[in-house]
Amino acid sequence: MVDLTRLYDVLVIGGGNAAMTAAVTARQGGASVLVLEHAPKALRGGNSRHTRNLRAMHQAPTSVLTEAYLEDEYWDDLLRVTGGQTDENLARMTIRASEAALPFLEECGVRFQPSLTGTLSLSRTNAFFLGGGKALLNAVYATAEKLGVDILYDTEVREVHLEDGFARAVDINHKGFPETVRAKCVIASSGGFQGNLDWMRQYWGDAVDNFVIRGTPYAKGRVLKNLLAQGVAQIGDPTQFHAVALDARAPQFDGGIVTRLDSVPFSIVVNQHGQRFYDEGEDVWPKRYAIWGRLIAQQPGQIAYSICDAKSVPLFMPSVFPAITAGSVGELAQKLGLDPAAVEATVREYNAAVQPGSFDDRKLDGCRTQGLTPPKTNWARTIDQAPFIGYPLRPGITFTYLGVKVNERARVLMDNGKPTANLFASGEIMAGNILGKGYLAGFGMTIGTVFGRIAGQEAAKHARN
Amino acid sequence: MRETDAIAEARRNLEVCNACRYCEGYCAVFPAMELRREFPATDLGYLANLCHGCRGCFYACQYAPPHEFGINLPKVFAEIRQESYVQYAWPQPMAKLFERNGTVVSVAAALITALVMIGTALFQSPDRLFGVHRGEGAFYAVIPHNVMVLLAGSTFVFALVAIAISIARFWREAGGGAGPNGKQGMGKPLMQAVRDALTLKNLGGGGHGCNDTDGSFATSRRNLHHALFYGFMLCFASTNVATYYHYGLGLQAPYGYFSLPVILGTVGGIGMTVGASGLIWLKIVGDPEPVSRRLLGADYAMLVLLWMVAVTGLVLLAVRSTSAMGVTLAIHLGFVLALFVALPYSRMVHGAYRFAALVRAAREH
Repeated sequence: MVDLTRLYDVLVIGGGNAAMTAAVTARQGGASVLVLEHAPKALRGGNSRHTRNLRAMHQAPTSVLTEAYLEDEYWDDLLRVTGGQTDENLARMTIRASEAALPFLEECGVRFQPSLTGTLSLSRTNAFFLGGGKALLNAVYATAEKLGVDILYDTEVREVHLEDGFARAVDINHKGFPETVRAKCVIASSGGFQGNLDWMRQYWGDAVDNFVIRGTPYAKGRVLKNLLAQGVAQIGDPTQFHAVALDARAPQFDGGIVTRLDSVPFSIVVNQHGQRFYDEGEDVWPKRYAIWGRLIAQQPGQIAYSICDAKSVPLFMPSVFPAITAGSVGELAQKLGLDPAAVEATVREYNAAVQPGSFDDRKLDGCRTQGLTPPKTNWARTIDQAPFIGYPLRPGITFTYLGVKVNERARVLMDNGKPTANLFASGEIMAGNILGKGYLAGFGMTIGTVFGRIAGQEAAKHARN
Repeated sequence: MRETDAIAEARRNLEVCNACRYCEGYCAVFPAMELRREFPATDLGYLANLCHGCRGCFYACQYAPPHEFGINLPKVFAEIRQESYVQYAWPQPMAKLFERNGTVVSVAAALITALVMIGTALFQSPDRLFGVHRGEGAFYAVIPHNVMVLLAGSTFVFALVAIAISIARFWREAGGGAGPNGKQGMGKPLMQAVRDALTLKNLGGGGHGCNDTDGSFATSRRNLHHALFYGFMLCFASTNVATYYHYGLGLQAPYGYFSLPVILGTVGGIGMTVGASGLIWLKIVGDPEPVSRRLLGADYAMLVLLWMVAVTGLVLLAVRSTSAMGVTLAIHLGFVLALFVALPYSRMVHGAYRFAALVRAAREH
């Protein structure tokens, strides 16, 4: 049994990879550690549960990564996706530390897949967890338990008592009962606030009712909000989130990977009124999937429809939901709940604008439309071969960018720029320091692991002194 | 395969799996699944038999219960395997034996052992049955060699024929191995399947072990299965060597403690005992969630029967020069006979179905 009257060296708020990495590292550093996880055991691990890989710098091929991936290339990739909304110092430190993240996780019992072909062709840059993020979490939790880390599930942290930059105690709700726990240090690894629709409503209004949250419903942002209200320095735009296009039939929370849909580049996408609104063939899907969530969020009713014909079906991964099929475009529109005349007109105009070319789904093939607004600049082929296929799409929110500001020792900073005495952060709650915009596949897990380890080390050191 | 609730449930599961694919490193099931977009019942029968029940995918699954998708492949595949044993059983009326198979196998084992005991007691005088027999032909003084050969030989041959017919049907209905990438030629796939079966490659969760009892990886299930399987094979080899001694060299059992048949049989018997005991233990302490409880009886019955065969054989070796030999021999041969009789209508057939599935998987890739 966990003794809540005890003074722990380190409290870890959260239960994902960033939290558990911190807990394991602090325990290895000799600290007594209590993990406070909001979710029940079966759903533990935050968004890490839905992850699949980690982006790691490496000088030479490893057992699970091909070729080499060096600091400068990694930094360039990050700079491109963030458009400069990053902190070069923190980012480069993270990139360099990512090299050691992989062996650390392996020591925690995490298994990786041998370098893999297919999917997003990431075998050079990203190491894939065998079995995915939940298998990773199982291994790290088992390691934590073996080391003697105490873990409380079903435990939401309501408030961190912060006085003059010193975290004195935290108030929790443990299985519905309020308690207060004291500790020498606190590590906040409690994620973003994408699971809190009411908070998002402040910025997006009732459109949030049409958003799908891809990950854990336990990312309520309660600790984040609580810290920011106590003078902790804020980073990241609160109105911004990372969003992709998902099958609209996805469950509201926790649908994870299977609801994503890769059909857009090989389709036309129309809104509720049957009108196209963006170039579906602008770039390869791995570089474009992340903008479609926002594009759809800006459409009326936050919904869109991907429409293609039989030719395109073999070109994309199936979503978990069956395609909606019909013998004609009009019938498909009807089945999708759209105005058949409007959709037929859109398809007719589009077909008329498609230019001849040699189609190649594996590269930017230049098959485009002429005189159409907006244009489709690659993979444009006429939609004329039954059966016609449709999928409804909604914005799927992966994470929010708002966070607490930290320094390179994972210490949380106050508004006045001074570091807190004993409060650290790792994972999504501080990822905005490095990733202010966009996303780089597997980088969330890298930030979580790197900062989790730093926070754990620093907290253990602080507790010892 | 017929359309059943289990088939529909497996199809629903695999549609989620095929959109996720996080488990592709675990075993042969997932690469085979990725070759498909639709899952007709026959393909599900094949995939279910390819599944070794390591449970790696269950513990790794972000959609396992209590998630609303409720994905649990090991459980539904176990149910489909059972349905395939029923549907392809030969002769068909015997398929009923797969229902309440635990009871059937247990009762059959008890009855047959009792019959052999009673038969021996009826045909032999008590002096013979309870006498001390030593030297060449000692066993046959209690049960004549011809009777042994006739009973064991006929039931074993029948078992092989029945299993072969079942597998042939299974193979044919599943498309004869001509899957999405179906290749011609059998040599290489056959070798690959033999290798995979002998090493239990797919019981390794991608090389790191199975989830024997919970979310942590271990290799005990694989090692115990090796002990049981290779133990069984050693006992089988022992019988073959003994047959050669008997007919080829004119030497009659019992053989010396350091003779080849006795060494093979002893090592094999110990392997089987350890393997069966361990596998029973894992079933008792294991997580019941990824298991079809309905089918546990059949597993226990078969493991206990194998355990009885091994242990009675070892006991026979220990008491063979005492007056207990006669009764022990009758009991041991009773269990061996029960094993042969039950063979085509018990969990033992999983090996044959799995091997066929492995051949097909090797042909597809």
